[in-house]
Amino acid sequence: MRHLLRTPAGLTGTALVALMVVLAIAGPPIWGAEAERIDSAAILRGASAAHPLGTDNLGRDILARVLVAGRLSLTLALLATLVGAVAGIALGALPSVLPRRAARLVTGTVNALVAFPGLLLAMFTAVVAGLGARGAVLGIGAAIAPGFARLTQTLAASVAEADYVSAARMLGVSRWRIMTGHVLPNIAEPLILNLTQALGGALLGLAGMSFLGLGVQPPSFDWGRLLFDGFARIYATPAVALGPAVAVALAGVGFNLLGDALARAASRTAAPAGRAVPPVAAAPGEPGGSGEPGPGAVLEVRDLTVAFPGGVTPVRGLSLTVAPGEIVGLVGESGSGKSLTASAIGGLVPYPGEVSAARLRLCGTDLGELPERERRKLLGTSLAMVFQDPMASLNPALRIGGQLAEVAIVHQGASRAEAGTRAVDRLGHVHIPEPGRRARQHPHELSGGMRQRAVIAMGLMGTPRLIIADEPTTALDVTVQRQILRLLREVTGETGAATLFISHDIAVVAELCHRVVVMYAGRVIEELPVGKLASGAAHPYTRALVASLPDMDTDRSLPLASIPGHQPPPAEVGAGCAFAARCGLANDRCAAERPPLTPYGTAHRVACWEAS
Amino acid sequence: MAGASRPPAGGRPPAGRALPKPAVPGRAPAGRARGAFVLRHLVRFAISLAALLVASFAMIHLIPGDPVRAALGPAAPVELVTARRAALGLDQPIPSQLASYVRNVLGGEFGTPSRRGEPVGEVGAARLPNTLALALLATTVALLVAVPLGMWAGIRTENGRNRGTEATFTSVTGAAVAVPEFLYAIALVTVFAIGLGWFPPAGKGGPESYVLPVLALAVAPAAMIARISRVETLRELGTDYVRLARAKRLPAARLYVRHVLPNTLTATLTMGGLLLTGLIAGSVLVEYVFAWPGLGLRIVESITQKDYPVAQGVILVYGVIVLVVNLLVDLLLGVLDPTSALKES
Amino acid sequence: MIIENLTVRFGAFTAVDDVTLEVPPGAIVGLVGESGSGKSTLARAVAGLVPYTGEITGGDPRRIQMVFQDPYASLDPRMTVGASVAEGLRVPRAARRAEAERLLSLVSLPVSLAGRYPRELSGGQRQRVAIARALGAEPELLVADEITSALDVSVQGAVLNLVRSLRAELGLSMLFISHNLAVVRYVSDVVAVMHRGRLVEVGATEEVVGAPKDDYTRSLLRAVPRLGRA
Repeated sequence: MRHLLRTPAGLTGTALVALMVVLAIAGPPIWGAEAERIDSAAILRGASAAHPLGTDNLGRDILARVLVAGRLSLTLALLATLVGAVAGIALGALPSVLPRRAARLVTGTVNALVAFPGLLLAMFTAVVAGLGARGAVLGIGAAIAPGFARLTQTLAASVAEADYVSAARMLGVSRWRIMTGHVLPNIAEPLILNLTQALGGALLGLAGMSFLGLGVQPPSFDWGRLLFDGFARIYATPAVALGPAVAVALAGVGFNLLGDALARAASRTAAPAGRAVPPVAAAPGEPGGSGEPGPGAVLEVRDLTVAFPGGVTPVRGLSLTVAPGEIVGLVGESGSGKSLTASAIGGLVPYPGEVSAARLRLCGTDLGELPERERRKLLGTSLAMVFQDPMASLNPALRIGGQLAEVAIVHQGASRAEAGTRAVDRLGHVHIPEPGRRARQHPHELSGGMRQRAVIAMGLMGTPRLIIADEPTTALDVTVQRQILRLLREVTGETGAATLFISHDIAVVAELCHRVVVMYAGRVIEELPVGKLASGAAHPYTRALVASLPDMDTDRSLPLASIPGHQPPPAEVGAGCAFAARCGLANDRCAAERPPLTPYGTAHRVACWEAS
Repeated sequence: MAGASRPPAGGRPPAGRALPKPAVPGRAPAGRARGAFVLRHLVRFAISLAALLVASFAMIHLIPGDPVRAALGPAAPVELVTARRAALGLDQPIPSQLASYVRNVLGGEFGTPSRRGEPVGEVGAARLPNTLALALLATTVALLVAVPLGMWAGIRTENGRNRGTEATFTSVTGAAVAVPEFLYAIALVTVFAIGLGWFPPAGKGGPESYVLPVLALAVAPAAMIARISRVETLRELGTDYVRLARAKRLPAARLYVRHVLPNTLTATLTMGGLLLTGLIAGSVLVEYVFAWPGLGLRIVESITQKDYPVAQGVILVYGVIVLVVNLLVDLLLGVLDPTSALKES
Repeated sequence: MIIENLTVRFGAFTAVDDVTLEVPPGAIVGLVGESGSGKSTLARAVAGLVPYTGEITGGDPRRIQMVFQDPYASLDPRMTVGASVAEGLRVPRAARRAEAERLLSLVSLPVSLAGRYPRELSGGQRQRVAIARALGAEPELLVADEITSALDVSVQGAVLNLVRSLRAELGLSMLFISHNLAVVRYVSDVVAVMHRGRLVEVGATEEVVGAPKDDYTRSLLRAVPRLGRA
């Protein structure tokens, strides 16, 4: 409820609907007599002090009539909504009960009716049911019903397909219990939300019918009927149409805004509630931290921090160096900050994330100091990125060749033809058979592995100095994964680019990379040559990670190692070692003081008090 | 443990060699899929059309009381009513009535002549273009204004930046959607025709007579399309291929026009198609306000005058137009967005 | 339990093609294959969620339970953990609570979780709840479809340990499906390899992994990334 009143739209909607309800209850007792009082001396008057909105053909006060008509307008709208909702929900629930053929028939009918304009259905029904309030209510009900039926159908179908319903079915829970215990509670909320908006729609529809003379007939009157009467006099006294028009508009707007706000509030409560956490003091830079800049390093990052509002700091003071031709694996579990590190290096952190770094150099050029134009060109041609889901990383609307060619056209001033030729050449280079034909195809015509190749080829359109691959094989089958890993190794070798390979899978990293950087809770906790990963890791977390992974050589008679507890979320990282709470070696010092990343043998660093 | 499972049914050659080559998606299967897609929509159209014919036929019979008596008025002599019933074939058994009705309609004779004696088919032919012109113009105006507006709002409010813009956009469009077209019509007439005298208040004349009716029809759909366009834009901006396009450092204009816009159009145009059909019927109220000589005005007259054959005919004409427009929109989307055609099957 | 000549067709497409496979009592049969191999369809068919032709003999097909891949979709968001676990129990009302709590402790979850909603649980905890719910029906066969592929490595290890201890303590028979050969190797007594709807190789785990007979199995084994191979 608080969410509802927080936005201006929600507040306005709530206020207007409350006003309408008060009017419907209090209107007739207060102004009822005034609305019916005939005054033959004041027939068809315009606005005056006594009658602010004028009088009708019997000299009755129009303002009073507008205030009284609210009750009938709302009541009829409520009735029409009930008719529509009951019929629609029944129609929408039928397919889940009926045998298959009959269910398809009902679904087909509903789909056809949904495509039909409501007003047409309403007029058809009103003609059949007879002119007047009853016909209009049934008509608007008929206009509303298909929408409800469709909504019920889609919602019920999505719940019925949910795994938890399958589980209940396997447990032998009855169809009736599944309907009442699982399906209805999970679809009730959106249906109820939809009622608010349907009510507004019904009110407008009824007003329209009455305005056309097809709805409420005299001596009864609703807002639409008053508008019908007023419209006939609009040339002489426009004020008489104003009252009912404003009333209808306010009611429509009120219900619609309220419905919108309710829907938004509901979607907000459905999402996991974000916890407000006091901001953590900014992490000081790592004195003498990792990533000693080797000569000619392609990528040099020092003290990279990514922060979001509310003290959420998923990446904290990270330093990293990658040499030409080197493949560095960035490993961590979900929430360790590894993907955001990749985004930050690529300059792709989404708003409202803030990236800061003491140094962020690509090919020896400080990205922060470069003018915008040159920075775009450098990143556009020297940086290649590959993402996890090859199904999602190519634009479904554009041909493969065109998507590749863009880089050359935009940054290298190539003509369309030149760029197209180069695109075909690059596709062939990543071992896509028939590159010319593939270039003319759309992404959905290619397999997952093929698309990932195309994305890599896209990176090869320029002269890549750095390749950032963010879980590029996670969505692929192992046999395809193997091919893509081989391709990445090949591309790194021949271009001399540096590759940053991000993965949760320590075995894949071990296969591909030269050096491994392990992240935990936003920080690098260990950095080691790949040969030491299997048995020479120093940090208890890295060791546990290796031990918990079943491998083709794991002893099947022993239980796997497991790490108790969970990684702290980015807003809850404390002052000490983030892993201390889960660590068997932890002592008081670990909980209080964060260990710095310090050298541990050759080309090996670790952030642990107990490691040495 | 050992030998716990049976081997797979014997005598089968090793899988690696025996299996057919992976299907290469090429022109032939795609073409076949497209043909099936068109055929499916045509079949659906035919079924809906049949249902519509039966419904419009049934309408006359569902009306309580005697439609002939209602049309001729209570004062008409019994012989005249009986003769008229016979002339209309209403004394025949229902199935043969339906058959002759369908025959007539397919022959271009939309229903029996009305009380005024004008053939319903001619009424439709004379007035249909006026209604269609309003609906098409309004849809075009709505799309041209709303798509860029929604896209702009989406880009500006990505990831929750510019909360002020977002609040303004959603409340203004939310309110604009909720005001029905006849109120816009009345307001426009009052201000621009009666008050300022810039445009004619009623009737169909030169181009200036189109302005107010088209505006009245276009406002609410435009607000609706703008909202959808914004939501679609936001969804597109969150996709990996837009991230990749950003990583390629494409210029903003190219990014939005080439990568984002085409993918937002499917949903927007689907909605636009629905709105177009809605507008064709929704123009009833606007035609009424502007005394526009379209189908809508005629249907209102015929219902209030209980001239049911005309109402029946006009509703049928409306229905056919709706079906045709829906069919065209579906086919158009199939061409524009080949994946949607394939996805559906 | 024996799955005999099981075939699943979707229109003209044959997803599972004449599969025959035995799951001996108290054994874990691992089913491995790549996406599109039909292994998940086979799982759903065995669990009675997809229509199939063929037979399941040597046990009561109604006493087959399944645990799903996505821990976020397999529990009703509007039911407490306790209610979800108790849903299929066939014990007197008074004993339900105690039985649900027993099941939770069986999968090493604190009893206090019974009153919580799924959104308050981690992925690993949810998977344990789903297993507890399935165990409540005293299944003759438990089908586990990619139950660890949505979990982090450190959590996966704990769930795999749970699977093995359940077999050791309860003598549970299980059809364990995964795309990850190393995981299947670790938990299974028997490994079955599926490719394009067919079983291409079945045998004791050490035999299949150590001396594969089928070409496809060999290519699968070659592709598995190994920590120590670098």
